[in-house]
Amino acid sequence: MTRSGISPSLIEAPDRPPAESLESTPSLTHREDDEALLAAKLVPLRRPGQWASAVVLLVLLAMLVHTLLTNKRFQWGVVGDYFTRGSIMHGLVLTLWLTGAVMACGYLLGIGLAAMRLSGNPILRTLSFGYVWLIRSVPPLVQLLFWYELASLYPQLSLGIPFGHEFVTVKTAHLFTGVLAAFVGLTLDTAAFSAEIVRGGILAVEHGQTEAAQALGLGRGRVFRRIVLPQAMPAIIPASGNLLIGLLKATSIVSVIAVADLLYSVQLIYNQNYLIMPLLLVATIWYIILTTLLSIGQYYVERHYARGTNRRGDRPFWRLARANVSVFGRTRNDLAGLS
Amino acid sequence: MTAAVAPVVPLVRIRGLRKSFGTNLVLSGIDLDVRPGEVTVLLGPSGSGKSTLLRCINHLEKPDAGFVELAGEIVGYRPDGNRLHELHTRAITRQRTRVGMVFQQFNLFPHLSVLDNIVEAPVAVRRVPKKQAVARALELLERVGLAGREDSYPRQMSGGQQQRVAIARALAMEPELMLFDEPTSALDPELVGDVLSVMKDLADTGMTMIVVTHEIGFAREVADTVVFLDGGQIVESGPPARVLAHPRNERARAFLAAVL
Repeated sequence: MTRSGISPSLIEAPDRPPAESLESTPSLTHREDDEALLAAKLVPLRRPGQWASAVVLLVLLAMLVHTLLTNKRFQWGVVGDYFTRGSIMHGLVLTLWLTGAVMACGYLLGIGLAAMRLSGNPILRTLSFGYVWLIRSVPPLVQLLFWYELASLYPQLSLGIPFGHEFVTVKTAHLFTGVLAAFVGLTLDTAAFSAEIVRGGILAVEHGQTEAAQALGLGRGRVFRRIVLPQAMPAIIPASGNLLIGLLKATSIVSVIAVADLLYSVQLIYNQNYLIMPLLLVATIWYIILTTLLSIGQYYVERHYARGTNRRGDRPFWRLARANVSVFGRTRNDLAGLS
Repeated sequence: MTAAVAPVVPLVRIRGLRKSFGTNLVLSGIDLDVRPGEVTVLLGPSGSGKSTLLRCINHLEKPDAGFVELAGEIVGYRPDGNRLHELHTRAITRQRTRVGMVFQQFNLFPHLSVLDNIVEAPVAVRRVPKKQAVARALELLERVGLAGREDSYPRQMSGGQQQRVAIARALAMEPELMLFDEPTSALDPELVGDVLSVMKDLADTGMTMIVVTHEIGFAREVADTVVFLDGGQIVESGPPARVLAHPRNERARAFLAAVL
Protein backbone atom coordinates (compact mmCIF):
# COMPACT_ATOMS: atom_id res chain seq x y z
CA MET A 1 0.00 0.00 0.00
CA THR A 2 1.37 3.38 -0.92
CA ARG A 3 0.91 6.38 1.34
CA SER A 4 2.45 9.20 -0.64
CA GLY A 5 0.28 12.22 -1.27
CA ILE A 6 -3.48 12.18 -1.65
CA SER A 7 -4.54 11.07 -5.09
CA PRO A 8 -6.88 13.31 -7.08
CA SER A 9 -9.51 10.58 -6.99
CA LEU A 10 -10.15 11.49 -3.33
CA ILE A 11 -11.65 14.78 -4.34
CA GLU A 12 -14.28 14.21 -6.92
CA ALA A 13 -14.89 16.77 -9.64
CA PRO A 14 -18.34 18.38 -9.49
CA ASP A 15 -20.69 17.64 -12.37
CA ARG A 16 -20.39 20.25 -15.10
CA PRO A 17 -23.37 21.45 -17.12
CA PRO A 18 -23.18 20.74 -20.87
CA ALA A 19 -20.55 22.93 -22.57
CA GLU A 20 -22.80 24.51 -25.21
CA SER A 21 -25.09 26.32 -22.75
CA LEU A 22 -22.09 28.25 -21.44
CA GLU A 23 -20.89 29.53 -24.78
CA SER A 24 -23.77 31.28 -26.54
CA THR A 25 -25.18 34.29 -24.67
CA PRO A 26 -28.72 35.10 -25.78
CA SER A 27 -29.03 38.63 -27.25
CA LEU A 28 -30.66 41.18 -24.89
CA THR A 29 -33.93 42.91 -25.72
CA HIS A 30 -33.95 46.73 -26.05
CA ARG A 31 -36.68 49.26 -25.30
CA GLU A 32 -36.78 52.99 -26.08
CA ASP A 33 -37.04 54.24 -22.49
CA ASP A 34 -34.06 52.17 -21.25
CA GLU A 35 -31.63 55.13 -21.50
CA ALA A 36 -34.02 57.49 -19.73
CA LEU A 37 -34.48 54.98 -16.88
CA LEU A 38 -30.74 54.42 -16.60
CA ALA A 39 -30.14 58.18 -16.33
CA ALA A 40 -32.90 58.76 -13.77
CA LYS A 41 -32.05 59.85 -10.22
CA LEU A 42 -33.10 57.49 -7.39
CA VAL A 43 -35.37 59.21 -4.83
CA PRO A 44 -35.81 57.45 -1.48
CA LEU A 45 -39.31 57.14 0.04
CA ARG A 46 -40.24 60.18 2.18
CA ARG A 47 -41.61 59.54 5.65
CA PRO A 48 -43.28 62.77 6.80
CA GLY A 49 -45.07 60.95 9.65
CA GLN A 50 -41.75 60.01 11.27
CA TRP A 51 -40.45 63.56 10.95
CA ALA A 52 -43.64 65.05 12.42
CA SER A 53 -43.57 62.71 15.44
CA ALA A 54 -39.86 63.47 15.94
CA VAL A 55 -40.67 67.20 16.08
CA VAL A 56 -43.54 66.67 18.54
CA LEU A 57 -41.29 64.62 20.85
CA LEU A 58 -38.53 67.24 20.66
CA VAL A 59 -41.01 69.95 21.70
CA LEU A 60 -42.16 67.82 24.64
CA LEU A 61 -38.52 67.23 25.65
CA ALA A 62 -37.82 70.97 25.46
CA MET A 63 -40.84 71.63 27.69
CA LEU A 64 -39.54 69.12 30.24
CA VAL A 65 -36.08 70.70 30.34
CA HIS A 66 -37.65 74.16 30.54
CA THR A 67 -39.84 73.29 33.52
CA LEU A 68 -36.96 71.55 35.31
CA LEU A 69 -34.92 74.74 35.03
CA THR A 70 -37.60 77.37 35.61
CA ASN A 71 -39.94 75.82 38.21
CA LYS A 72 -38.63 77.31 41.46
CA ARG A 73 -40.35 74.58 43.49
CA PHE A 74 -37.78 72.01 42.41
CA GLN A 75 -35.45 73.97 44.71
CA TRP A 76 -32.20 72.93 42.99
CA GLY A 77 -30.27 74.90 45.58
CA VAL A 78 -31.58 72.61 48.32
CA VAL A 79 -30.72 69.57 46.18
CA GLY A 80 -27.15 70.87 45.98
CA ASP A 81 -26.97 71.50 49.73
CA TYR A 82 -28.04 68.00 50.71
CA PHE A 83 -26.37 66.11 47.83
CA THR A 84 -23.27 65.10 49.79
CA ARG A 85 -24.66 65.45 53.34
CA GLY A 86 -23.09 62.95 55.79
CA SER A 87 -26.20 60.92 56.62
CA ILE A 88 -27.05 60.58 52.95
CA MET A 89 -23.50 59.40 52.24
CA HIS A 90 -23.93 56.75 54.95
CA GLY A 91 -27.18 55.66 53.33
CA LEU A 92 -25.43 55.51 49.96
CA VAL A 93 -22.68 53.30 51.38
CA LEU A 94 -25.24 50.95 52.95
CA THR A 95 -27.14 50.72 49.67
CA LEU A 96 -23.90 49.91 47.86
CA TRP A 97 -22.62 47.19 50.16
CA LEU A 98 -26.06 45.65 50.60
CA THR A 99 -26.37 45.44 46.81
CA GLY A 100 -22.86 43.99 46.49
CA ALA A 101 -23.27 41.42 49.26
CA VAL A 102 -26.72 40.33 48.11
CA MET A 103 -25.54 40.03 44.50
CA ALA A 104 -22.45 37.97 45.43
CA CYS A 105 -24.22 35.62 47.85
CA GLY A 106 -27.32 35.42 45.68
CA TYR A 107 -25.24 34.38 42.69
CA LEU A 108 -23.27 31.76 44.63
CA LEU A 109 -26.57 30.25 45.74
CA GLY A 110 -27.99 30.69 42.24
CA ILE A 111 -25.09 28.85 40.58
CA GLY A 112 -25.58 26.01 43.06
CA LEU A 113 -29.30 25.92 42.33
CA ALA A 114 -28.63 25.92 38.58
CA ALA A 115 -26.15 23.05 38.99
CA MET A 116 -28.76 21.13 41.01
CA ARG A 117 -31.39 21.73 38.36
CA LEU A 118 -29.05 20.50 35.59
CA SER A 119 -27.81 17.46 37.54
CA GLY A 120 -28.90 13.90 36.88
CA ASN A 121 -30.32 13.43 40.37
CA PRO A 122 -34.15 13.74 40.33
CA ILE A 123 -34.38 14.83 43.98
CA LEU A 124 -31.87 17.65 43.55
CA ARG A 125 -33.60 18.72 40.34
CA THR A 126 -37.02 18.80 41.98
CA LEU A 127 -35.79 20.65 45.07
CA SER A 128 -34.15 23.32 42.92
CA PHE A 129 -37.30 23.69 40.84
CA GLY A 130 -39.42 23.91 44.00
CA TYR A 131 -37.21 26.58 45.55
CA VAL A 132 -37.31 28.76 42.45
CA TRP A 133 -41.07 28.29 42.17
CA LEU A 134 -41.69 29.25 45.81
CA ILE A 135 -39.38 32.25 46.00
CA ARG A 136 -40.47 33.67 42.67
CA SER A 137 -44.08 33.44 43.82
CA VAL A 138 -43.57 35.61 46.92
CA PRO A 139 -43.15 39.39 46.52
CA PRO A 140 -39.78 40.54 47.91
CA LEU A 141 -41.49 43.03 50.22
CA VAL A 142 -43.56 40.23 51.78
CA GLN A 143 -40.40 38.14 52.20
CA LEU A 144 -38.61 41.04 53.81
CA LEU A 145 -41.40 41.55 56.36
CA PHE A 146 -41.50 37.79 56.95
CA TRP A 147 -37.81 37.60 57.90
CA TYR A 148 -38.11 40.77 59.96
CA GLU A 149 -41.00 39.27 61.93
CA LEU A 150 -39.47 35.80 62.17
CA ALA A 151 -39.22 36.16 65.94
CA SER A 152 -43.00 35.86 66.26
CA LEU A 153 -42.81 32.45 64.59
CA TYR A 154 -39.60 31.16 66.16
CA PRO A 155 -38.71 33.14 69.30
CA GLN A 156 -35.29 31.46 69.37
CA LEU A 157 -33.06 29.76 66.83
CA SER A 158 -30.70 26.89 67.61
CA LEU A 159 -27.78 25.19 65.93
CA GLY A 160 -27.54 21.45 66.54
CA ILE A 161 -28.28 17.93 65.32
CA PRO A 162 -31.63 17.70 63.46
CA PHE A 163 -34.30 16.46 65.90
CA GLY A 164 -31.52 16.04 68.48
CA HIS A 165 -29.10 17.95 70.65
CA GLU A 166 -28.79 21.75 70.37
CA PHE A 167 -25.40 23.46 70.69
CA VAL A 168 -26.09 27.18 70.33
CA THR A 169 -29.34 29.04 70.87
CA VAL A 170 -30.00 32.73 70.17
CA LYS A 171 -33.01 34.99 70.46
CA THR A 172 -34.37 35.52 66.94
CA ALA A 173 -35.26 39.14 67.61
CA HIS A 174 -31.59 39.83 68.44
CA LEU A 175 -30.30 37.98 65.38
CA PHE A 176 -32.75 39.24 62.77
CA THR A 177 -32.17 42.96 62.88
CA GLY A 178 -33.43 45.01 59.95
CA VAL A 179 -30.17 44.73 58.01
CA LEU A 180 -29.90 40.93 58.35
CA ALA A 181 -33.58 40.48 57.43
CA ALA A 182 -32.99 42.67 54.38
CA PHE A 183 -29.85 40.75 53.43
CA VAL A 184 -31.46 37.31 53.81
CA GLY A 185 -34.70 38.21 52.07
CA LEU A 186 -33.06 39.89 49.10
CA THR A 187 -30.39 37.17 48.80
CA LEU A 188 -32.94 34.37 48.66
CA ASP A 189 -34.89 36.33 46.09
CA THR A 190 -31.81 37.06 43.96
CA ALA A 191 -30.72 33.41 44.18
CA ALA A 192 -33.97 32.22 42.60
CA PHE A 193 -33.76 34.66 39.71
CA SER A 194 -30.03 34.24 39.12
CA ALA A 195 -30.44 30.44 39.11
CA GLU A 196 -32.71 30.74 36.11
CA ILE A 197 -30.33 33.17 34.37
CA VAL A 198 -27.30 30.92 34.94
CA ARG A 199 -29.21 27.80 33.89
CA GLY A 200 -30.32 29.50 30.67
CA GLY A 201 -26.74 30.55 29.94
CA ILE A 202 -25.36 27.07 30.50
CA LEU A 203 -28.05 25.50 28.31
CA ALA A 204 -27.08 27.93 25.54
CA VAL A 205 -23.61 26.36 25.31
CA GLU A 206 -23.52 23.56 22.77
CA HIS A 207 -23.14 20.10 24.27
CA GLY A 208 -20.32 19.33 21.83
CA GLN A 209 -18.12 21.78 23.76
CA THR A 210 -18.40 19.69 26.92
CA GLU A 211 -17.79 16.49 24.97
CA ALA A 212 -14.72 17.88 23.24
CA ALA A 213 -13.31 19.03 26.59
CA GLN A 214 -14.03 15.65 28.18
CA ALA A 215 -12.45 13.84 25.23
CA LEU A 216 -9.29 15.89 25.86
CA GLY A 217 -9.26 14.55 29.41
CA LEU A 218 -10.14 17.81 31.17
CA GLY A 219 -11.66 17.31 34.62
CA ARG A 220 -15.27 18.27 35.38
CA GLY A 221 -14.46 21.41 37.32
CA ARG A 222 -12.03 22.58 34.69
CA VAL A 223 -14.56 21.92 31.90
CA PHE A 224 -17.13 24.04 33.73
CA ARG A 225 -14.83 26.92 34.69
CA ARG A 226 -12.70 27.13 31.56
CA ILE A 227 -14.98 25.94 28.74
CA VAL A 228 -18.68 26.12 29.64
CA LEU A 229 -18.94 29.14 31.94
CA PRO A 230 -16.98 31.59 29.73
CA GLN A 231 -19.22 30.65 26.81
CA ALA A 232 -22.33 30.94 28.97
CA MET A 233 -21.30 34.43 30.11
CA PRO A 234 -22.41 36.36 26.99
CA ALA A 235 -25.91 34.97 27.61
CA ILE A 236 -25.69 35.50 31.39
CA ILE A 237 -24.30 39.05 31.57
CA PRO A 238 -27.05 41.18 29.98
CA ALA A 239 -29.69 39.52 32.16
CA SER A 240 -27.43 39.74 35.22
CA GLY A 241 -26.75 43.41 34.57
CA ASN A 242 -30.47 43.93 34.50
CA LEU A 243 -30.88 41.99 37.73
CA LEU A 244 -28.07 43.94 39.43
CA ILE A 245 -29.52 47.30 38.46
CA GLY A 246 -32.96 46.12 39.53
CA LEU A 247 -31.48 44.97 42.82
CA LEU A 248 -29.72 48.30 43.41
CA LYS A 249 -33.09 49.99 43.28
CA ALA A 250 -34.95 47.14 44.98
CA THR A 251 -32.78 47.64 48.06
CA SER A 252 -34.85 50.80 48.63
CA ILE A 253 -37.67 48.58 49.94
CA VAL A 254 -35.60 48.06 53.11
CA SER A 255 -36.74 51.56 54.09
CA VAL A 256 -40.03 49.97 55.23
CA ILE A 257 -38.20 48.09 57.99
CA ALA A 258 -36.21 51.19 58.98
CA VAL A 259 -32.84 50.20 57.51
CA ALA A 260 -30.98 53.42 56.81
CA ASP A 261 -30.25 53.00 53.11
CA LEU A 262 -30.11 55.86 50.62
CA LEU A 263 -33.88 56.29 50.39
CA TYR A 264 -34.52 55.97 54.14
CA SER A 265 -31.78 58.52 54.95
CA VAL A 266 -33.50 60.96 52.63
CA GLN A 267 -36.89 60.21 54.15
CA LEU A 268 -35.52 60.85 57.66
CA ILE A 269 -34.49 64.33 56.57
CA TYR A 270 -37.65 65.35 54.73
CA ASN A 271 -39.82 64.08 57.58
CA GLN A 272 -38.24 66.86 59.62
CA ASN A 273 -37.97 69.74 57.13
CA TYR A 274 -40.76 68.81 54.66
CA LEU A 275 -38.47 69.49 51.66
CA ILE A 276 -39.85 66.31 50.12
CA MET A 277 -39.29 66.91 46.39
CA PRO A 278 -35.72 68.23 46.50
CA LEU A 279 -34.65 65.39 48.79
CA LEU A 280 -36.31 62.76 46.62
CA LEU A 281 -34.38 64.32 43.73
CA VAL A 282 -31.14 63.86 45.69
CA ALA A 283 -31.86 60.12 46.03
CA THR A 284 -32.99 59.89 42.39
CA ILE A 285 -29.82 61.53 41.06
CA TRP A 286 -27.68 59.17 43.13
CA TYR A 287 -29.58 56.16 41.79
CA ILE A 288 -29.11 57.48 38.24
CA ILE A 289 -25.35 57.94 38.79
CA LEU A 290 -24.93 54.43 40.22
CA THR A 291 -27.00 52.85 37.45
CA THR A 292 -24.96 54.66 34.81
CA LEU A 293 -21.71 53.39 36.34
CA LEU A 294 -23.08 49.84 36.43
CA SER A 295 -24.16 50.08 32.79
CA ILE A 296 -20.66 51.16 31.76
CA GLY A 297 -19.18 48.33 33.81
CA GLN A 298 -21.55 45.87 32.16
CA TYR A 299 -20.38 47.05 28.74
CA TYR A 300 -16.77 46.28 29.55
CA VAL A 301 -17.56 42.89 31.08
CA GLU A 302 -19.61 42.01 28.00
CA ARG A 303 -16.77 43.06 25.75
CA HIS A 304 -14.35 40.90 27.73
CA TYR A 305 -16.46 37.79 27.22
CA ALA A 306 -17.12 38.55 23.55
CA ARG A 307 -13.55 37.45 22.69
CA GLY A 308 -13.48 35.46 19.49
CA THR A 309 -17.10 36.22 18.60
CA ASN A 310 -16.75 39.43 16.61
CA ARG A 311 -14.34 40.01 13.81
CA ARG A 312 -14.24 43.76 14.35
CA GLY A 313 -11.81 45.20 16.84
CA ASP A 314 -12.90 46.37 20.28
CA ARG A 315 -14.67 49.71 20.47
CA PRO A 316 -14.32 52.06 23.43
CA PHE A 317 -17.51 52.88 25.34
CA TRP A 318 -17.91 56.46 24.15
CA ARG A 319 -17.85 55.38 20.52
CA LEU A 320 -20.51 52.79 21.18
CA ALA A 321 -22.63 55.42 22.89
CA ARG A 322 -22.18 57.72 19.90
CA ALA A 323 -23.27 55.00 17.52
CA ASN A 324 -26.45 54.44 19.53
CA VAL A 325 -27.49 58.02 20.19
CA SER A 326 -28.11 59.63 16.85
CA VAL A 327 -27.77 63.30 17.86
CA PHE A 328 -24.07 62.69 18.53
CA GLY A 329 -23.12 63.48 14.93
CA ARG A 330 -24.32 60.53 12.95
CA THR A 331 -23.65 60.70 9.25
CA ARG A 332 -26.00 61.59 6.44
CA ASN A 333 -26.13 57.93 5.40
CA ASP A 334 -27.47 56.87 8.78
CA LEU A 335 -30.13 59.56 8.69
CA ALA A 336 -31.27 58.55 5.19
CA GLY A 337 -33.74 56.14 6.72
CA LEU A 338 -35.58 59.08 8.27
CA SER A 339 -35.78 61.34 5.21
CA MET B 1 -7.26 -12.85 11.01
CA THR B 2 -4.34 -14.75 9.51
CA ALA B 3 -1.44 -16.36 11.29
CA ALA B 4 1.00 -13.76 9.96
CA VAL B 5 -0.27 -10.89 12.16
CA ALA B 6 -1.48 -12.94 15.13
CA PRO B 7 1.41 -12.27 17.59
CA VAL B 8 0.71 -8.52 17.73
CA VAL B 9 -1.24 -7.59 20.86
CA PRO B 10 -4.26 -5.43 19.94
CA LEU B 11 -4.29 -1.86 21.27
CA VAL B 12 -8.08 -1.87 21.33
CA ARG B 13 -10.19 -4.95 22.09
CA ILE B 14 -13.96 -4.63 21.92
CA ARG B 15 -16.06 -7.59 22.99
CA GLY B 16 -19.83 -8.07 23.03
CA LEU B 17 -20.51 -4.34 23.06
CA ARG B 18 -24.22 -3.50 23.27
CA LYS B 19 -25.88 -0.12 23.54
CA SER B 20 -29.43 1.09 23.15
CA PHE B 21 -31.05 4.50 23.46
CA GLY B 22 -34.50 3.86 24.92
CA THR B 23 -36.00 1.09 22.83
CA ASN B 24 -33.64 1.75 19.93
CA LEU B 25 -30.89 -0.89 19.83
CA VAL B 26 -27.88 0.91 18.35
CA LEU B 27 -25.10 -1.63 18.93
CA SER B 28 -26.00 -5.30 19.25
CA GLY B 29 -22.85 -7.15 20.12
CA ILE B 30 -19.71 -5.71 18.54
CA ASP B 31 -16.40 -7.64 18.58
CA LEU B 32 -13.40 -5.83 17.14
CA ASP B 33 -9.61 -5.74 17.48
CA VAL B 34 -7.42 -2.83 16.43
CA ARG B 35 -3.68 -3.44 16.39
CA PRO B 36 -1.14 -0.71 17.12
CA GLY B 37 -0.29 1.38 14.06
CA GLU B 38 -3.37 0.20 12.17
CA VAL B 39 -5.92 2.43 10.49
CA THR B 40 -9.45 1.04 10.81
CA VAL B 41 -12.21 2.68 8.80
CA LEU B 42 -15.82 2.18 9.93
CA LEU B 43 -18.29 2.30 7.05
CA GLY B 44 -22.03 1.91 7.00
CA PRO B 45 -25.34 3.67 6.48
CA SER B 46 -26.35 6.40 8.90
CA GLY B 47 -27.89 4.96 12.04
CA SER B 48 -25.80 1.81 11.78
CA GLY B 49 -24.02 2.60 15.06
CA LYS B 50 -20.61 3.80 13.78
CA SER B 51 -20.49 7.00 15.84
CA THR B 52 -21.86 5.30 18.95
CA LEU B 53 -19.18 2.62 18.68
CA LEU B 54 -16.53 5.32 18.42
CA ARG B 55 -17.95 7.23 21.40
CA CYS B 56 -17.98 4.07 23.54
CA ILE B 57 -14.23 3.75 23.02
CA ASN B 58 -13.52 6.85 25.15
CA HIS B 59 -16.60 6.39 27.34
CA LEU B 60 -18.54 9.37 26.04
CA GLU B 61 -21.31 6.74 25.88
CA LYS B 62 -21.69 4.07 28.53
CA PRO B 63 -22.20 0.57 27.08
CA ASP B 64 -25.15 -1.50 28.31
CA ALA B 65 -23.14 -4.71 28.08
CA GLY B 66 -19.76 -5.86 26.88
CA PHE B 67 -16.53 -3.94 27.24
CA VAL B 68 -13.86 -1.89 25.51
CA GLU B 69 -10.26 -2.57 26.45
CA LEU B 70 -7.52 -0.06 25.70
CA ALA B 71 -3.94 -1.29 26.06
CA GLY B 72 -5.08 -4.00 28.50
CA GLU B 73 -7.24 -1.65 30.63
CA ILE B 74 -11.06 -1.81 30.63
CA VAL B 75 -12.39 1.62 29.62
CA GLY B 76 -14.64 3.25 32.23
CA TYR B 77 -14.82 0.26 34.59
CA ARG B 78 -12.84 -1.56 37.24
CA PRO B 79 -13.15 -5.36 37.11
CA ASP B 80 -13.84 -6.91 40.51
CA GLY B 81 -14.73 -10.61 40.57
CA ASN B 82 -17.80 -10.98 38.41
CA ARG B 83 -18.62 -7.28 38.44
CA LEU B 84 -17.51 -4.17 36.58
CA HIS B 85 -17.66 -1.08 38.80
CA GLU B 86 -17.93 2.23 37.00
CA LEU B 87 -14.82 4.31 37.59
CA HIS B 88 -14.85 7.71 39.25
CA THR B 89 -14.91 10.66 36.85
CA ARG B 90 -11.27 11.41 37.61
CA ALA B 91 -10.09 7.94 36.58
CA ILE B 92 -12.14 8.07 33.37
CA THR B 93 -10.64 11.48 32.65
CA ARG B 94 -7.16 9.97 33.00
CA GLN B 95 -8.04 7.17 30.56
CA ARG B 96 -9.37 9.67 28.04
CA THR B 97 -6.02 11.44 27.88
CA ARG B 98 -4.69 8.41 26.00
CA VAL B 99 -7.29 8.76 23.26
CA GLY B 100 -7.61 11.76 20.95
CA MET B 101 -10.94 12.51 19.31
CA VAL B 102 -11.89 14.64 16.32
CA PHE B 103 -15.55 15.55 15.86
CA GLN B 104 -17.73 16.19 12.84
CA GLN B 105 -18.54 19.72 14.12
CA PHE B 106 -14.87 20.40 15.12
CA ASN B 107 -15.98 21.58 18.60
CA LEU B 108 -13.08 23.98 18.92
CA PHE B 109 -13.49 26.32 21.89
CA PRO B 110 -14.63 29.56 20.23
CA HIS B 111 -13.61 31.82 23.15
CA LEU B 112 -9.99 30.63 23.06
CA SER B 113 -7.39 31.42 20.41
CA VAL B 114 -6.05 28.60 18.25
CA LEU B 115 -2.95 28.41 20.43
CA ASP B 116 -4.97 28.27 23.67
CA ASN B 117 -7.20 25.58 22.19
CA ILE B 118 -4.16 23.39 21.61
CA VAL B 119 -2.26 24.24 24.78
CA GLU B 120 -5.21 23.98 27.21
CA ALA B 121 -5.27 20.22 27.82
CA PRO B 122 -1.49 19.52 27.92
CA VAL B 123 -0.98 22.32 30.45
CA ALA B 124 -4.08 21.64 32.59
CA VAL B 125 -4.05 17.84 32.50
CA ARG B 126 -0.52 16.70 31.70
CA ARG B 127 1.13 19.56 33.64
CA VAL B 128 3.41 20.29 30.69
CA PRO B 129 5.23 23.61 31.28
CA LYS B 130 3.51 26.41 29.34
CA LYS B 131 6.59 27.25 27.27
CA GLN B 132 7.13 23.68 26.19
CA ALA B 133 3.44 23.24 25.37
CA VAL B 134 3.47 26.38 23.21
CA ALA B 135 6.54 25.19 21.30
CA ARG B 136 4.87 21.84 20.71
CA ALA B 137 1.63 23.55 19.61
CA LEU B 138 3.46 25.68 17.03
CA GLU B 139 5.15 22.54 15.73
CA LEU B 140 1.78 20.77 15.40
CA LEU B 141 0.24 23.79 13.65
CA GLU B 142 3.01 23.65 11.11
CA ARG B 143 2.42 19.95 10.66
CA VAL B 144 -1.27 20.51 9.82
CA GLY B 145 -0.34 23.33 7.41
CA LEU B 146 -1.45 26.23 9.61
CA ALA B 147 1.83 27.81 10.67
CA GLY B 148 1.32 31.44 11.71
CA ARG B 149 -2.38 31.07 12.58
CA GLU B 150 -1.87 30.56 16.33
CA ASP B 151 -3.42 33.91 17.30
CA SER B 152 -6.57 33.49 15.19
CA TYR B 153 -9.88 32.58 16.76
CA PRO B 154 -11.77 29.54 15.45
CA ARG B 155 -14.60 31.63 13.97
CA GLN B 156 -12.11 33.51 11.80
CA MET B 157 -11.13 30.27 10.02
CA SER B 158 -12.69 28.07 7.37
CA GLY B 159 -14.16 24.70 8.33
CA GLY B 160 -11.21 22.84 6.87
CA GLN B 161 -8.75 24.96 8.87
CA GLN B 162 -10.79 24.51 12.05
CA GLN B 163 -10.79 20.76 11.60
CA ARG B 164 -7.02 20.74 11.16
CA VAL B 165 -6.68 22.77 14.37
CA ALA B 166 -8.92 20.19 16.05
CA ILE B 167 -6.55 17.45 14.89
CA ALA B 168 -3.55 19.40 16.23
CA ARG B 169 -5.41 19.90 19.54
CA ALA B 170 -6.01 16.17 19.88
CA LEU B 171 -2.39 15.35 18.96
CA ALA B 172 -1.05 17.77 21.58
CA MET B 173 -2.03 15.23 24.26
CA GLU B 174 0.27 12.65 22.63
CA PRO B 175 -2.52 10.08 22.35
CA GLU B 176 -1.92 6.41 21.61
CA LEU B 177 -5.14 6.22 19.63
CA MET B 178 -6.99 8.75 17.47
CA LEU B 179 -10.73 8.60 16.87
CA PHE B 180 -12.23 10.49 13.92
CA ASP B 181 -16.02 10.91 13.87
CA GLU B 182 -16.95 11.88 10.30
CA PRO B 183 -14.20 14.53 10.24
CA THR B 184 -15.02 15.79 6.74
CA SER B 185 -18.82 15.53 6.68
CA ALA B 186 -19.40 19.16 7.71
CA LEU B 187 -16.92 20.58 5.19
CA ASP B 188 -17.34 22.20 1.79
CA PRO B 189 -16.16 19.72 -0.87
CA GLU B 190 -13.05 21.71 -1.80
CA LEU B 191 -11.83 21.71 1.82
CA VAL B 192 -12.10 17.95 2.33
CA GLY B 193 -8.79 17.14 0.60
CA ASP B 194 -6.64 19.19 3.05
CA VAL B 195 -8.08 17.44 6.08
CA LEU B 196 -7.77 13.99 4.51
CA SER B 197 -4.15 14.59 3.57
CA VAL B 198 -3.34 15.62 7.17
CA MET B 199 -4.99 12.39 8.35
CA LYS B 200 -3.05 10.40 5.80
CA ASP B 201 0.23 11.94 6.93
CA LEU B 202 -0.72 11.04 10.48
CA ALA B 203 -1.37 7.44 9.44
CA ASP B 204 2.07 7.40 7.80
CA THR B 205 3.70 8.25 11.13
CA GLY B 206 2.28 5.01 12.52
CA MET B 207 -0.58 6.46 14.58
CA THR B 208 -3.35 4.01 15.44
CA MET B 209 -6.57 5.44 14.05
CA ILE B 210 -10.25 4.53 14.00
CA VAL B 211 -12.09 6.60 11.42
CA VAL B 212 -15.81 6.91 10.76
CA THR B 213 -16.17 8.36 7.28
CA HIS B 214 -18.05 8.24 4.03
CA GLU B 215 -14.89 8.93 2.01
CA ILE B 216 -14.45 5.60 0.24
CA GLY B 217 -11.31 6.88 -1.50
CA PHE B 218 -9.66 7.48 1.87
CA ALA B 219 -10.66 4.01 3.07
CA ARG B 220 -9.27 2.40 -0.05
CA GLU B 221 -5.97 4.23 0.11
CA VAL B 222 -5.19 4.57 3.81
CA ALA B 223 -7.10 1.89 5.74
CA ASP B 224 -5.55 -1.38 6.82
CA THR B 225 -8.96 -2.73 7.79
CA VAL B 226 -12.39 -1.69 6.64
CA VAL B 227 -15.25 -2.57 8.96
CA PHE B 228 -18.77 -2.43 7.63
CA LEU B 229 -21.59 -1.90 10.15
CA ASP B 230 -25.28 -2.33 9.60
CA GLY B 231 -28.07 -2.44 12.15
CA GLY B 232 -25.62 -2.28 15.05
CA GLN B 233 -23.58 -5.26 13.91
CA ILE B 234 -20.35 -5.81 12.00
CA VAL B 235 -21.51 -7.45 8.80
CA GLU B 236 -18.18 -7.48 7.03
CA SER B 237 -14.57 -6.62 7.77
CA GLY B 238 -11.20 -7.09 6.16
CA PRO B 239 -8.56 -5.37 4.03
CA PRO B 240 -10.03 -2.59 1.85
CA ALA B 241 -8.95 -4.24 -1.37
CA ARG B 242 -11.28 -7.14 -0.67
CA VAL B 243 -14.14 -5.54 1.28
CA LEU B 244 -14.52 -2.60 -1.09
CA ALA B 245 -14.03 -4.53 -4.31
CA HIS B 246 -15.79 -7.80 -3.50
CA PRO B 247 -18.12 -7.37 -0.54
CA ARG B 248 -19.75 -10.66 0.41
CA ASN B 249 -22.57 -9.16 2.46
CA GLU B 250 -25.74 -8.08 0.66
CA ARG B 251 -26.13 -4.78 2.65
CA ALA B 252 -22.47 -3.86 2.19
CA ARG B 253 -22.78 -4.43 -1.52
CA ALA B 254 -25.88 -2.22 -1.78
CA PHE B 255 -24.26 0.53 0.32
CA LEU B 256 -21.06 0.57 -1.71
CA ALA B 257 -23.01 0.57 -4.96
CA ALA B 258 -24.87 3.65 -3.72
CA VAL B 259 -21.84 5.68 -2.55
CA LEU B 260 -19.30 4.77 -5.24
